[in-house]
Amino acid sequence: MAEPAALIGQEAARQAAAHTAREAYGRLLAWLAWRWRDLAAAEDALGAALLAALETWPERGVPRAPEAWLLTVAKRELLQARRHQAVVDDPAVTAVLESAAGPPDAPAIPDERLRLLFACAHPAIEPSIRTPLMLQVVLGLDAAQVASAFLVAPATMAQRLVRAKRGLREAGVRFETPEADELAPRLHAVLEAIYAAYGTGWDATLASPAAAQDDGFTGEALFLAELVAARLPQSAEALGLLALLGFCEARRAARLDASGRFVPLDRQDVMRWDHARIAAADALLWQAAQQHEPGPFQLEAAIQSAHCQRAYGAPTPWARIAELYSSLLRLAPSTGAAVGAAVAVAAAGDPAQGLAMLDALPAAQVASYQPWWVARADLLIRLGQQDAALQALDRALGLTPQRPLAEHLQARRATLQAAPEENSSLDVDPARLRAST
Amino acid sequence: MQYMLMFHESAADAARAQDPAQADAYRSAWMAYIGSMVEAGVFVSGEELAPPAAATSVRTREGRRWVQDGPVAETKELLGGYAIVEVPSRDVAIEWAARSPCARSDGATEVRPVLPQPMPADSAG
Repeated sequence: MAEPAALIGQEAARQAAAHTAREAYGRLLAWLAWRWRDLAAAEDALGAALLAALETWPERGVPRAPEAWLLTVAKRELLQARRHQAVVDDPAVTAVLESAAGPPDAPAIPDERLRLLFACAHPAIEPSIRTPLMLQVVLGLDAAQVASAFLVAPATMAQRLVRAKRGLREAGVRFETPEADELAPRLHAVLEAIYAAYGTGWDATLASPAAAQDDGFTGEALFLAELVAARLPQSAEALGLLALLGFCEARRAARLDASGRFVPLDRQDVMRWDHARIAAADALLWQAAQQHEPGPFQLEAAIQSAHCQRAYGAPTPWARIAELYSSLLRLAPSTGAAVGAAVAVAAAGDPAQGLAMLDALPAAQVASYQPWWVARADLLIRLGQQDAALQALDRALGLTPQRPLAEHLQARRATLQAAPEENSSLDVDPARLRAST
Repeated sequence: MQYMLMFHESAADAARAQDPAQADAYRSAWMAYIGSMVEAGVFVSGEELAPPAAATSVRTREGRRWVQDGPVAETKELLGGYAIVEVPSRDVAIEWAARSPCARSDGATEVRPVLPQPMPADSAG
């Protein structure tokens, strides 16, 4: 494997080791940290591997595949550390580490993942391709996997990824953390792309109980959100996104009952929510608030936090949620937030006002937006307008790609046809009202 | 751009259409879906087809005609109907395909671009 030491000078070997380390670090770290799900442990292991390289390469020469060498040593380090301290007991993690598979064939980019994330969400990159680019470049997912999640033909997705990478090169994007004066907008783009990744997983795991076993891209998104928050602990919005995803995760499994039927948010069994996760998310949100820099992700997290109050036996504070939505609309207007605001106003006691708020949105903007039709049906039922409610339910049904949700809407339709409903349930989950949708 | 959405149903879904207890739900899901496409202004045309058992296939080989009962190719999924949609891109066509009752159930929806036909010279002016 190694070249004879005589052929290569010690200083040259040291330089080669340092060069390889610089080139490979981000990629290897991203790969190890993601698989091991422990950033610090992966950093320690890779650090040890680099040290070993600096010790042995000048003597024995630079291996022909230096990155594979570093990875093998780092994996050994991680497995040893695991035996010593019995980390998370996840056989899948050990299996991956013990396998011979190397890191994905991502482009070699010096330095680490936060800079990669900023590059992927660069203004030169078209917003709809930012999330797929992150998933591929930072986590090594392949184009076909990403394509299905985003409902795009795999060949189209592959082309767009190639084009995006070429765009980065042609725009001369340097892989740097932005300067302080442009950090906030650039960071918002990164966080938005991470939330979009989470959203695809949130939607996909509603498709069936079997799909709920697989976590879609929710795990990937959480990993990226943790990474950004760890690197930018002073950023209130980075903490806000992490809190937001925590609240979503706490409730994700409760959306389907034991027989795979959809359960609306306000009817979910709070015993099936992950209470520790809710508490952790509340703590993160509190920590974010200490920065006194309100932002859309903190507001969305606060809305979710308010919904989670039911976990502590309190009723859902609809008036408070309506206020939070109106702040969100001032800060970052979106169709999703407008629908959320209308539903909250209605649930707080004024369905007529809520309906007026829905109807104020431009028709073209909502024609194919499923949550708008679901919200409209809810509000019309509350107002006793059966026929119009049935029509809205039909439109919602025709726009629904997830089977449990479609069956739930059909069941509501049948109930409504049989007898007027007295208490309309809330079928619009705030997590489905993402700004990007 | 026009795309054809071909609705391939699973045998279980096709059976649902024949089951009196489930036929209403089956039909209302399809009506809602087609209705949403009409309301969104993307629906150009489309039809529901009789089951493959009602098909007849015709071939000519070396001058001899062969007429057979049944579809050209036996597949696990049955072509139950189609829709032509007018949408800005393939992405949007795929989005509509994902909403079809057979795609969210056990079937599949195939999305195919409709090739634009050249205008005949005499009707162009």
